[in-house]
Amino acid sequence: MKILVCIKQVPDMESRFRPNGEKTWYDESDLAFRMNEYDEYAVEQAVQLKEQLGGEPEITVLSIGPERTVEAIKKALAMGGDRAVHIRDDRYYQKDPWQIASMIASYAKGEGFDLIFTGMQSQDRGSAQVGVIVAELLGVSCATTLVGFSYDGGTITVKRELEGGIKGVAKLKLPALVTCQLGLNTPRYPTLPNIMKAKKKEIASLTAAELTGEAELTATAAIYPPAKKGGGLVLEGEIGAQVDRLMGILKEKTAVLR
Amino acid sequence: MKALLIGEYRQGKLLDTTYELKAFADRLGADSVMLLVGSDSELPKYDGTLYLADAAKYGEYNPDQHKQLVLQAVEKENPDCIVFVHSSYGWDLAPRVAVALKAGQVSEIVALNEGAYEVNACNAKLRRTVTPKSGRCVLTIQAGAFTPSGEPQGTPQPERLELSGTASAIEFVGYEAAEQKGVDLSKAEVIVSAGRGVGKKDNVPVIAALASALGGELGASRPVVDAGWVDHSHQVGTTGQTVSPKLYVACGISGAIQHLAGMKKADFIVAINKDKDAPIGEIADVLVVADVMQFVPAFTAKCAR
Ligand SMILES: Cc1cc2nc3c(=O)[nH]c(=O)nc-3n(C[C@H](O)[C@H](O)[C@H](O)COP(=O)(O)OP(=O)(O)OC[C@H]3O[C@@H](n4cnc5c(N)ncnc54)[C@H](O)[C@@H]3O)c2cc1C
Ligand SMILES: Cc1cc2nc3c(=O)[nH]c(=O)nc-3n(C[C@H](O)[C@H](O)[C@H](O)COP(=O)(O)OP(=O)(O)OC[C@H]3O[C@@H](n4cnc5c(N)ncnc54)[C@H](O)[C@@H]3O)c2cc1C
Repeated sequence: MKILVCIKQVPDMESRFRPNGEKTWYDESDLAFRMNEYDEYAVEQAVQLKEQLGGEPEITVLSIGPERTVEAIKKALAMGGDRAVHIRDDRYYQKDPWQIASMIASYAKGEGFDLIFTGMQSQDRGSAQVGVIVAELLGVSCATTLVGFSYDGGTITVKRELEGGIKGVAKLKLPALVTCQLGLNTPRYPTLPNIMKAKKKEIASLTAAELTGEAELTATAAIYPPAKKGGGLVLEGEIGAQVDRLMGILKEKTAVLR
Repeated sequence: MKALLIGEYRQGKLLDTTYELKAFADRLGADSVMLLVGSDSELPKYDGTLYLADAAKYGEYNPDQHKQLVLQAVEKENPDCIVFVHSSYGWDLAPRVAVALKAGQVSEIVALNEGAYEVNACNAKLRRTVTPKSGRCVLTIQAGAFTPSGEPQGTPQPERLELSGTASAIEFVGYEAAEQKGVDLSKAEVIVSAGRGVGKKDNVPVIAALASALGGELGASRPVVDAGWVDHSHQVGTTGQTVSPKLYVACGISGAIQHLAGMKKADFIVAINKDKDAPIGEIADVLVVADVMQFVPAFTAKCAR
């Protein structure tokens, strides 16, 4: 069995974000990057399936992005991926989901993957499109927002998370693509020996230009901080003073403290 | 401008979010027609053409066939945009339609800005305006962002849609009910919630102690539940419980839209976060900029006195 996992590297969401000079993206200086949280679940599920099948499947990890993306790829390899493809694209942020998905599909087309895992969405952009578009372009069946996954003899049974905590259960035959939701499993931390082993794994490098000539279908006109809708009172400073201020406010404004 | 609105139907019921699609079309100044894979007994209140396919035949979750049905309506109506709610139904189906039409998709629109669509980025710390480059586009709107101004009214003119084949790559098995609620947070007057910012499971009792000092219940954000620090019955948000206490205290919670959807109706909101820019600050009445593990024990001690 051949498995593909698509991962994106995103900035840490606790960072401060400033628009870049062109006002089309955020300024990347001073940002720390990590693997998209949803994609950690995708990697983990692939590795668990490989373990279930006695180590037979080969897991390829794919990521599109600039040089720094290799860090996220290495983490996925240390979690249990076998090999990786880095599609180098320094203008990745100017690509829309259609173009990103077209690149992935164009790479995957000749490879005959039985199962593809992606995150349900990215943390920075969150359009929840790339996985489904890849599936449609490859003509394989697809289910999104998985919180449950099991495999048995060429068929997967998935649990999709719906609003209000209800779940929808469905069966798909391979080849298939699934998008992973938070909580699908418990992503492992790479151990030191596995980090060392990952250093020897192959990371093939391709350039974006080799894969697609598709033009964008949407474009970012501008990026900016949201207008502050007022917001409330901000208490900064020393803990003791903050405690006293908050106590006073709650006594005055709510009926819960008397 | 003409919009094709894709209504939602689940477990034999029309979903209310369907009416947000019409509100969006009105804000856009667009004419609209609607499509629903549903049933005659649950028609939306809507003045206009309703393309209706029978859910008993085409399923409630059957994206391959629902895509074909949408494409049929597109063929008949030639709309400029096809609009979905950004929900488990919409985000699953919309990109399939977009690929078939080779149309650009703009996801989770929160507002309109002079003809362009506004969407959030980076956990709502940034906003983007996006413009489709394709003639026709697919749009998904954030649930709750475009609310109808009054009670929905009208009587649709149904037009039946049928497919010739019914083959599908996906076999829908059925629904699984939400987990039994161990605690009913909806009646709590005070809720103190733990988020990922509390750091580790061992710290959760510190948050629970504040909850009990205030005579309230412990709530939690999703990562805390996913990590097994707190039981799912305490989760607040779109995939947890919706609450409206007199006081909501968010400890180490960033304020993602899916969390806010569950607690923004609280009368008074206090957030404790080390990040002054955390989006929770937008809706909090008071944002305490501090380390939760320092502030909360100090505050609990003060309450206890
Ligand atoms: C002018 C312009 C400005 C742009 N500005 C932004 C911007 O503001 N923010 C932004 O993030 N993007 C921007 N983009 C595009 C950017 O590169 C997107 O990240 C990309 O389109 C993927 O969309 P998404 O992150 O919403 O993916 P989603 O569809 O939300 O991602 C779902 C899954 O797809 C897979 N995936 C997504 N991206 C990759 C990748 N690069 N490599 C491997 N797998 C991947 C992952 O498994 C992920 O979990 C811009 C594009 C244009 C044209
Ligand atoms: C379809 C869908 C449904 C979802 N449903 C839900 C839902 O029902 N409920 C829900 O909560 N989420 C839900 N989510 C997830 C949601 O998008 C966010 O990922 C989640 O709410 C983030 O939880 P958090 O704020 O605890 O964590 P984070 O976003 O990681 O935020 C942690 C915060 O803690 C702060 N912090 C860190 N350390 C400290 C410290 N020492 N002291 C003080 N502050 C600190 C940080 O500044 C940050 O703001 C859903 C997502 C999807 C896609």
